[in-house]
Amino acid sequence: MLSINCPWCGARDETEFHYGSQAHIAYPDKPDELSDQQWAEYIFYRDNPKGWLQERWVHSAGCRRWFNVWRNTLTHQFGDSYQPFTTAPARPQ
Amino acid sequence: MTQVNFEFDSKIYSGTKGETLAVALLKNGIKTFTDSTYLSRPRGVIGLAAEEPCALVQIDSGSGEPMVPATTVELVEGLAARGLAGIGDLPNVDDDARYDKTNRHVEVLIIGAGIAGLKAAKTALTKKQRVMLIDDSPTPGGYFSQANLEIDPQLLAVLTDPNLLHLQRTTAIGLYDQGYVVAVEKRTDHLAANYDPKVARIRTWHIRAKEIILATGAFQRFLVFANNDRPGIMLSHAAATYVDKYKVAIFKNAVVITVDDQGYRDAIRLHQNGVKVRAIADIRDEAHGPLVEQVKSLGIEIIYSATATNTKADDKGELSQVSIAQVSLSGEVKSFVKDIDCDLLAISGGWTPTVHLATFIGIKPIWQAKQAAFVLAAMPKGISASGAVAGDFGVIENDPAVFFGVLPKDEACEVSFIDLQRDATLRDLKRATGAGLTSIEHIKRYTTIGTAHDQGKTSGTTTIGLLSQLINKPIPEIGTLNFRPPYIPVLFAALAGRDRGELSDPIRTTPIHSWHLQANAPFEDVGQWKRPWYFPKENEDIHQAVKRECLAARNSVAVMDASTLGKISIQGPDAAIFLDRIYTNMFSTLKIDHSRYGLMCGVDGMVIDDGVTTRLAENRFLMTTTTSGAAKVLDWLEEWLQTEWPELKVYCTSVTEQWATVAIVGPNSRALMKRLAPELDVSNESFAFMTNKYAEVAGVPARIARISFSGELAYEINVEAFYGLHIWKSVMQMGKEFDITAYGTETMHVLRAEKGFIIVGQETDGTQTPQDLAMDWIVSKKKDFIGKRSFLRSDTARSGRHQLVGVLSKDKSAFLPEGAYLTAADKSNGISGSNHIGYITSSYDSATLDRVFSLALVADGQNRIGQSAIVPLGENLIEVEITEPIFYDKENSRRDG
Repeated sequence: MLSINCPWCGARDETEFHYGSQAHIAYPDKPDELSDQQWAEYIFYRDNPKGWLQERWVHSAGCRRWFNVWRNTLTHQFGDSYQPFTTAPARPQ
Repeated sequence: MTQVNFEFDSKIYSGTKGETLAVALLKNGIKTFTDSTYLSRPRGVIGLAAEEPCALVQIDSGSGEPMVPATTVELVEGLAARGLAGIGDLPNVDDDARYDKTNRHVEVLIIGAGIAGLKAAKTALTKKQRVMLIDDSPTPGGYFSQANLEIDPQLLAVLTDPNLLHLQRTTAIGLYDQGYVVAVEKRTDHLAANYDPKVARIRTWHIRAKEIILATGAFQRFLVFANNDRPGIMLSHAAATYVDKYKVAIFKNAVVITVDDQGYRDAIRLHQNGVKVRAIADIRDEAHGPLVEQVKSLGIEIIYSATATNTKADDKGELSQVSIAQVSLSGEVKSFVKDIDCDLLAISGGWTPTVHLATFIGIKPIWQAKQAAFVLAAMPKGISASGAVAGDFGVIENDPAVFFGVLPKDEACEVSFIDLQRDATLRDLKRATGAGLTSIEHIKRYTTIGTAHDQGKTSGTTTIGLLSQLINKPIPEIGTLNFRPPYIPVLFAALAGRDRGELSDPIRTTPIHSWHLQANAPFEDVGQWKRPWYFPKENEDIHQAVKRECLAARNSVAVMDASTLGKISIQGPDAAIFLDRIYTNMFSTLKIDHSRYGLMCGVDGMVIDDGVTTRLAENRFLMTTTTSGAAKVLDWLEEWLQTEWPELKVYCTSVTEQWATVAIVGPNSRALMKRLAPELDVSNESFAFMTNKYAEVAGVPARIARISFSGELAYEINVEAFYGLHIWKSVMQMGKEFDITAYGTETMHVLRAEKGFIIVGQETDGTQTPQDLAMDWIVSKKKDFIGKRSFLRSDTARSGRHQLVGVLSKDKSAFLPEGAYLTAADKSNGISGSNHIGYITSSYDSATLDRVFSLALVADGQNRIGQSAIVPLGENLIEVEITEPIFYDKENSRRDG
């Protein structure tokens, strides 16, 4: 059971959250102008690093707000969480 | 010391309350507890506590429990147990015990209340921290308690510190990331019947600790040689503790085999309690120190460079003789020494630190050859190890040799047991290495060593050591086994706590539920909702009831409780723009008080939900969703608003439970509506399809919508939830003259399928576009919306995709179950996987059509309309025709009455 830090509510158990995959994948401005490959990359392609990754989570059973957070996919450590459309903190060491 | 009576294998015995069942059985002279799982060899008790691989019992008293080591069962009056050959039975009695869960946050959690744990607690408490100390045995002290050694009273005094939460009989079963530990506390089993029944039998602790200190100690391990499994063969520390601490007085003559000084220590304890120690066979070629000197002074014979190579049994299968031979450290037998008659063989094979919890989170124990043990060394932040588990053995620092057993070349391998619970032997291990296996994890699965209830607590390191010799690879390169939670077997009831029966999941009911109950409607679970399935009259079965309900809706008037439909209020100046982006069709053009059906797609262009949305005011919409999809849709809307379009001024609120919805359906619904709301102009000209009106209905304010999910003239009456039951009863009362009929979800499904209306999740499986569902008409070309770009992707736009069609079997009574395959075969070429073209999604027996009919998803379905296909059902090949997915009133002539 991970303990996840919601930027609005503080640390809560993982069961209160839903995972939202990699963060900072913006909806393309002009989908019509993208090639099939570019559109497929937006929909399906995500980084899968061994280490730190910026992720989206939503505090479903709490404040229902989305936020971003650094998570280490290898060690399950969490870095700072931050609100959408704010400056991301530096990658944790 | 209270004497109690207990039952074992249907016989009554007496024993001391609080001692373990294993102690009590031994004191009663019982050495054979059960037979082994696969080979039916007699087996007794080997160990002292949770490490026990053999002495499994089934508890038949109290709540009952399958597969518990007799070494962990505390004796109480009336305990009933029986020996178990490895496989337990679920007790077939209702368990009325309570189980509970609780949470705890602490600064420091210490696991294990031996000397190391007590010291750690003392240190943490001086820092004024909140400390929790848990231990799985009935009393603290660990090895000191078992060995009758005196514990420093100042150390014991920490147990009364107010900042300490101290729990015995509490086993940490799992250790996870971020300081999370799950522990189970046995609270009543040791109290027999003398406790408040409100007290939970087991309490599961969910603990979050800033710092965790593992002080879990060590278990002694076994040695491998021929016939090393007979009752009377024990770990030396267990044997000495049974004889010394618990005064088990059934052993007369003992032999000790050892790899370290522990064997000497235990030999002395045996000797001091009247057991004649006939010899100590020490695999080391010499040994020194006070323990050795003491043994010598007692006149006990020491045979160096020697160990047991075989044993003999008496007519009960219990140990009667041990063969001692000179054996090399690599397990090679050099020369026979002698046979010794004895009834106890005490084995000291070295200590194996209890590293299980650490390996649960990927910590790799390190091999220390000098201590012949895998110990915890490098630990991540927030977790540390102390005492034996960290290689600090204290009073049991024993100078061990690295030796695991005798490696004979003959058939003795077949009876040289490594994992006694699995009956896995040296032959199994040799067969695994012979087959080329070298990884310990592969060997575990191939031989099943370490996969029983005890996860190889006494056999794991032995297996690694023997493997090292067999494949000639150093132990550190082989590494340790990965253990997995739970550390000991745990009852599901303990994990569930009170979340069982009615409390296992919330139940949602509509305001009209009490009426459905009185009508004896069976319920269908839709998400968490209880929805009436059908309303049987007298002795009707489901088929008869549904036919009657369907005909009432088609021919007169029928009524359904539609309150469970998801309802989301969408408000704000940008609400219309937002809906245009969410739905495939346009909503900004929707007039106030008008409703429109909408389809939602994911970014991949696949349908995810549908429903009718009504514009209540310029900036206020009411969206309805599928009953089970409501929460997911609300999440979906919030995700886009919060993470993509924060500039949109829109608020979404779930109002599902604020409104009750009663749908009246059928040609007589207009006349009934007129009676319910005399002020309302119900004519088609004034109150058109997909529009809404406000009126008093049966005296309460209502919004009435002309929406139909059946193809019939229909009205949905929406009132505040508080009035739901009143409206329903009023409808039933005033509908009497039309013989109004209540219907449930089954009839709703038949009516909608006759009209070819889809149900998301039934006609879709996440791979259907609107075009696949023959709903091109709902896809706007004027605007962008979520998923639009995906319709142009080559895979989405290709021909041959699975498309929605109707299916009519040529025999009108040949029912096609949902999920049945359609094949392009005819009866001449047979059925094969290659001509599979699709599957049935919905199937019903229609009273209106007087036949069975189905909807299906079929490859290139729209081009196959009019063609035949075969549905194979077991031996039967059902001939069917592929049709358009609409079976009733294609012209929509009934919609307006």
